[in-house]
Amino acid sequence: MSAPKEFVLNCPIKISDYPTVTLAHGGGGKLMHQLIEKMIVPAFQSPLAESRHDGAVFSVGNARLAFTTDSYVVRPLFFPGGDIGSLAVNGTVNDLAMCGARPLYLSCGLILEEGLPMETLWAVIQSLKRSAEAAGVQLVTGDTKVVDKGKGDGIFINTAGVGVIEHSLTIAPVSVRPGDVVLLSGDIGRHGIAIMAVREGLEFESAIESDCAPVASTVMRLLEAGVEVHCLRDLTRGGLGTTLIEIAETANLHIGIEETKIAVREDVAGACELLGFDPLYLANEGRFIALVPESESERALAILRADSTEASVIGRVDAQHSGLVTMRSRIGTQRIVDMLSGEQLPRIC
Amino acid sequence: MCLAIPGKILSTVGVDIERTARVDFGGIVREVNLAYTPEARVGNYVIVHVGMAISVVDEEEAKRVFSYLEEMGEFGELAELRADEGPKQ
Amino acid sequence: MKYLSEYRDPVAAAEYAKAIRKITTRPWTFMEICGGQTHSIVKFGIDELLPKEIELVHGPGCPVCVTPLELIDKAITIASRLEVIFCSFGDMLRVPGSERDLFQVKAAGGNVRVLYSPLDAVKIAKENPDKQVVFFAVGFETTAPAHAMAVYQARRDGVKNFSILVSHVLVPPAMEAILSAPNCRVQGFLAAGHVCTVMGFEEYFPIAEKYKVPIIVTGFEPLDILQGLLMCVTQLEEGRHEVENQYTRSVRKDGNPGAQQLVREVFAVVARKWRGVGEIPQSGLGLSSAYAEFDAEKRFGLEDYTAPESPDCIAGLVLQGQKKPHECPAFGMRCTPEKPLGAPMVSSEGACAAYYRYRRFETAHAIGAGKD
Repeated sequence: MSAPKEFVLNCPIKISDYPTVTLAHGGGGKLMHQLIEKMIVPAFQSPLAESRHDGAVFSVGNARLAFTTDSYVVRPLFFPGGDIGSLAVNGTVNDLAMCGARPLYLSCGLILEEGLPMETLWAVIQSLKRSAEAAGVQLVTGDTKVVDKGKGDGIFINTAGVGVIEHSLTIAPVSVRPGDVVLLSGDIGRHGIAIMAVREGLEFESAIESDCAPVASTVMRLLEAGVEVHCLRDLTRGGLGTTLIEIAETANLHIGIEETKIAVREDVAGACELLGFDPLYLANEGRFIALVPESESERALAILRADSTEASVIGRVDAQHSGLVTMRSRIGTQRIVDMLSGEQLPRIC
Repeated sequence: MCLAIPGKILSTVGVDIERTARVDFGGIVREVNLAYTPEARVGNYVIVHVGMAISVVDEEEAKRVFSYLEEMGEFGELAELRADEGPKQ
Repeated sequence: MKYLSEYRDPVAAAEYAKAIRKITTRPWTFMEICGGQTHSIVKFGIDELLPKEIELVHGPGCPVCVTPLELIDKAITIASRLEVIFCSFGDMLRVPGSERDLFQVKAAGGNVRVLYSPLDAVKIAKENPDKQVVFFAVGFETTAPAHAMAVYQARRDGVKNFSILVSHVLVPPAMEAILSAPNCRVQGFLAAGHVCTVMGFEEYFPIAEKYKVPIIVTGFEPLDILQGLLMCVTQLEEGRHEVENQYTRSVRKDGNPGAQQLVREVFAVVARKWRGVGEIPQSGLGLSSAYAEFDAEKRFGLEDYTAPESPDCIAGLVLQGQKKPHECPAFGMRCTPEKPLGAPMVSSEGACAAYYRYRRFETAHAIGAGKD
């Protein structure tokens, strides 16, 4: 086979082609990225926003802080292994952890739909409280609004978070170097499938629970051990595939991964086969990747394995085809991992 | 077309055109309509497409994909001889 | 997963690749009929394992791709009605109609639901007696038995608010259309394993005989496709043109008689328009007169609507294997998965989307080359 040539794909889609926002714009794939790149980032015009990382890192006096926000619109509100409340806390806690910060304080904005049962609201608030305790953070401020019936999916939650950075590393795509290895903290796809299992029209019996959990303590252990972490990213919407592409593009390097090294539970794989999903693009809520120098690989892996036996080294970084992510399939052939246009849909074909 | 995958029948309910089964696909279980596979029994694997079982997996034939290679090896020389003669077009 | 994972074994795949290389003495062009096979080939990079003499062209095996524009428009019209719950397989949601797609109807507030099985649409109809529940019945012969069962159950249980919008197509007439085209380059076929699970493979004997092409009924996993190709190359190298069955663990010569019987009762063979190809007589299924009350086109008065196709989309040529996706002037530029001109780019099974998504470095070069 001749040497593959590198290229940069410039999507020709003009945003004016979409007069209205569609669901695909929130799917974590290409359309969402376009929306961010073409409309949002230029409008904010902040060098901090340019880093395109999960949170913003800055100094205030002698302290280095991380600041992040996320909104939660999941449906159904309650699913195996979690609910919108636990997602809202853990999602923001994890984004702070991805900046290498120790999460400290969260705000919580609630947008409630008229007619939402009080019992549901109570359950979500209790979940917010429990998740905050488990993650070691405090919910210190918030807001509540109510919208007309029909204007919101029961509950929307926004959480913003502040954390403190107790090391001097710059943990961001810009720090990634050729030769770095990519570690994955555990098996993928649980959250995406857990949601599918209870979504109307697709239901099936399963023991699969969302992996929604705080990863901050694992990350803190990595940092406290002095591992030279170059980049961290949690997997969320769009899954492992999308996350790797985001990093490869921002860092302008190539990431090559091995399909056989990516852990997928058998039942998650079964659900993927049934519905025609690719686990690479499924949402996760308690998994992250860490890019570290090769020399740190063993140490970092040991720390990750203490929390999840499925943690593994899934690939490495080089400068050969910048901006691309490639995967060696289980039958030994290479393919480019591309971003999906929007969310994955179950298929018959 | 036709994303259809094999699953193992865990239990069945009903008879004939009304028969359904709980089928296990690597750990997840879904209800499947067995109307078109009256010969299927608990423990059999069925090929399932959009909620219908369309065939029962023939477990003997399933090994053929692997035994074929060995057979090809045996007849390999024969095929090479024939190739030299030149196939008709 | 049993009867799935073992057919992805890398050692056996390499052995098959070696065997194919060993017996291939000249260029051969094959077509795989089924979109699921296209997906597998591109996802697992199977063509990377083949000798360069072997060319795979992708056939019209994606019922999503071949569903004519006007049927998508009809689906959108029905789905936009307030009293309708429109149910569909996920594949259909992003296929472009004349003006928009079902996804956009959903975004605008339409009650559009993605289902795994048409049987669930009947359940939804029972649970929502004040609504009209319509299922978008798209597919090849593999899916017809499921649609037949749904309609049968609706009739049996007196579910009056259920109907289906039918876009069923049949494989053998499509193969004939491809083979009888003047510049057909296809020398051997991998027939669709799940279509044949339902229909058997008797109907391929006259085709193999008439056009002198080997036809191998093939499964979907990498080893299935490799074995199918090996069997096909072997026949061509030996000058034979027979019908053989690779997918013996699922396909029997007579197929599934029970499924065929219900399909014959609920459906009738009709002429169908294929997107990008045109009308092929006796190439599709429509509801039989006994079940006509469940026909959504009749129920919503849409039988006479027609719509012209986009001139830029060469879907027809791609679907017939005359052109590869990356040879289309619009590929990757005016036509991408985000803004598709035609169905093969939209459908996860469509050749164009498969190429775009799992694209190998050669096609990436083609996309990159066209950039401003």
